[in-house]
Amino acid sequence: MRSVSIIGIGQTEVREHWERPLRGLAVASITAALDDAGVDRADALYVGNMLSGELTGQEHLATLIADFAGLRGIEALKVEAACGSGGAAVRMGYLAVASGLHDLVIVTGVEKMTDCEDGLVTEALAMAGDGEYEAMQGLSFVALNALLMRRYMHEYRVSHEDFAGFSINAHKNAARNPYAIFRRPITREEFMSARMISDPINLLDSSPVGDGAATLILCPEDEAQRLCPTPVTIIASATATDTIALHDRDNPLFLQAAHESAQKAYAQAGVGPEDIALFELHDAFTIMAALSLEACGFADNGRGVELAKDGEISLQGRIPISTMGGLKGRGHPVGASGVYQIVELVQQLRGEAGANQVNCHVGMAQSIGGTGATAITHILKGPH
Amino acid sequence: MKPDREVGIVGYGAYIPRYRIKADEILRVWKSIDTIHLEEKSVPGLDEDTATMAIEAGRNALKRAAIDPQEIGAVWVGSESKPYAVKPTATIVAEALGATPHTNAADWEFACKAGTEAMQAAIGFVGSGMARYALAIGVDTAQGRPGDQLEYTASAGGAAFIIGPKEESLAYLEGSYSYVSDTPDFFRRPHQFYPQHGHRFTGEPAYFKHTYYAAKHLMDELGYTPHDYAMVIFHQPNSKFPRRVAQRLGFTEKQLKPGFLVEVIGNAYAGSSPLGFAAALDEARPGDRILLVSFGSGAGSDALSFTATERILKNDDSLRRVRDYIARRQEIDYGTYCRYRDNLNSH
Amino acid sequence: MSLARHWRLQDERYKLIGKECAACGKKLFPSRDICPHCGSRDLKPYRFVGRGEIYSYSTIYQPPAGYEAFVPYTVALIRLDEGPLITAQLTDLDREGVEIGQRVEMVTRKLREYGPEGLIVYGYKFRPVLKG
Repeated sequence: MRSVSIIGIGQTEVREHWERPLRGLAVASITAALDDAGVDRADALYVGNMLSGELTGQEHLATLIADFAGLRGIEALKVEAACGSGGAAVRMGYLAVASGLHDLVIVTGVEKMTDCEDGLVTEALAMAGDGEYEAMQGLSFVALNALLMRRYMHEYRVSHEDFAGFSINAHKNAARNPYAIFRRPITREEFMSARMISDPINLLDSSPVGDGAATLILCPEDEAQRLCPTPVTIIASATATDTIALHDRDNPLFLQAAHESAQKAYAQAGVGPEDIALFELHDAFTIMAALSLEACGFADNGRGVELAKDGEISLQGRIPISTMGGLKGRGHPVGASGVYQIVELVQQLRGEAGANQVNCHVGMAQSIGGTGATAITHILKGPH
Repeated sequence: MKPDREVGIVGYGAYIPRYRIKADEILRVWKSIDTIHLEEKSVPGLDEDTATMAIEAGRNALKRAAIDPQEIGAVWVGSESKPYAVKPTATIVAEALGATPHTNAADWEFACKAGTEAMQAAIGFVGSGMARYALAIGVDTAQGRPGDQLEYTASAGGAAFIIGPKEESLAYLEGSYSYVSDTPDFFRRPHQFYPQHGHRFTGEPAYFKHTYYAAKHLMDELGYTPHDYAMVIFHQPNSKFPRRVAQRLGFTEKQLKPGFLVEVIGNAYAGSSPLGFAAALDEARPGDRILLVSFGSGAGSDALSFTATERILKNDDSLRRVRDYIARRQEIDYGTYCRYRDNLNSH
Repeated sequence: MSLARHWRLQDERYKLIGKECAACGKKLFPSRDICPHCGSRDLKPYRFVGRGEIYSYSTIYQPPAGYEAFVPYTVALIRLDEGPLITAQLTDLDREGVEIGQRVEMVTRKLREYGPEGLIVYGYKFRPVLKG
């Protein structure tokens, strides 16, 4: 097994890209990443995406994108793990290089969600859960998370307002990220009075859908120094799964897959939570942010919200999260988010995060599929 | 008439949805002359239909009968508001109740007497020895055209009866009678959402003629008079008609009372006299003789005479009675009613 | 039209028939072929009574396509008396609202229709216990 580095990153803005089709978004991010890496070819392309078939009528996606990105002929595969598809694609790219089988790999996450009306998107997103026993009962994906949030509030005696800090923090950072979908901070009052989607989850608890693509260029660590002045190394990559349906979980309020994935990653990297300078977690909803922090050892069960209340999640806090806006502020083009997380970690570790810069050398990202059914954790180390 | 083998009711159950719209609320919108004298009527919820109501009534009947649903030989559902014009409600009900696959299943139609139709057939089926038990259900989610007189009464609900051997019955059949003619007093053509109503033609030539003669002929055949009965149930399209025919036949208000539900739940069409009958059975004592007289437009009446046995006194608080469903109510306004009844689309 | 997809689930949707593991005794809903607790393949049909209590709930205002006619509606996780959690809609709710811990019972209701010409899908929902 070889050590793997990231030598190039590229991303599009997250927004309603009316003029751009799915393949166009992917190609734009790939081109940007190749330029950033200073290379113009690759051995393989792994594309993370959840809904290309359902929402744009396109499967066989990676082969299509390879062709349109000027990479005709290379190995190209789509990877899908619901909203964790981006992290899953990173995982595949990592495995390809670490195994020694490929020396230059492109990992792209891309999603186009805004071509269809709300009801169809809601129906499609519910496929991240159990189609027959959750979605057919009328549940939206938001509703699944709302069930968790309500139970959390009941068991740990916290209020809805206790979650406000996650959203406020995300918007504050997103406002300073030129690629983010939301570009203005929000107030506590706005959070409390936002429209209810599936109670207790309101509009400002929920990450927004959008279109976007993000890309990484991976190569062996040995080659990275030659190709790139500021290579970032992947020091851990670990995946774990749990039951797909909430009703099958032993304890729905504990993200077991996130926990196991993080534990495996910590062990691989030889670090613990105290060594992590920033955590790009999967804040699809404020409840997910709290549960992710708890599962990965940053807070005890039921105490995740306190990190938000006490400001520990801010750029100056003990464990900065969503440093470029996260899923909540930068946006959540679902299959692409896991790659955006890595792109943003690389920006931070290279010192290219601008106004959102955190003083860091080791950072962690975790991409989650469904309500915690798949968790893919990566730990990255910055260049010396 | 009665079959060679003696039969009766081994279990029964009812269902009424929880929503109610008050007659005054309908009056507030339409400002019509309210001659119907109802208090309120039942309205089905958005996720309810004839199949779901039949299933719950059937489950209640099975619970009371305490029999294995696999022993049921026929599941027959009488209704004029079938969820599918072609596909039997009865197979959905039979599947849900666990009676499939070794059973007959079919839907019956004779306007408001479709339920007692199914009962008559079940009596014959069991009485002939073709099955040990047969389930007959009368149930409807009746539609009334907005602004029409029928809107005050057309309601939802129904009751299920498991016919079986007399030895197992809580009420056994002494005899039944059917009286029909081609009388087009009320009908609905296919693809029409609302029925056509014959106004005063639905009275004497239809309702009164058929219910009176069905009841009279049955009582004459059995050698009974109204005095022999503890309770009588008539089909209840409104509060006046059943009272008038009861009076003509010689029944008292007291005999009418236990099964008289129209003023608080409206007219559940094929569910109307079955629900009244179930309510009467809820209050019956051993030895009580009960006369059930249905009416279906088109037109006809079934009269059935039952006598309650010791088994009527089943002491189980968990069994749902008609009055439990009547007591369970949530008032809705006219707008909500329109939404629930799909009256906001043009039909 | 997806007819078979719904038809094959009738035992579960109409009658709450899941499985019981002959090896470890755990009750499973929905049905599975391999016990998730002990890995045994020796599973027999098991019919749940349909009683339980509310573990969590949420009222949906933004529905998936096909469920618009029912909005707002409430969904829940319910802990069945025999052990498993089940995901289902709540129905027949009072204006007073719902509470975690409330006792509920299974009823069969319409889950959805596939348009005015299409299949009607019936299945389990739960309501506050009517009586008994």
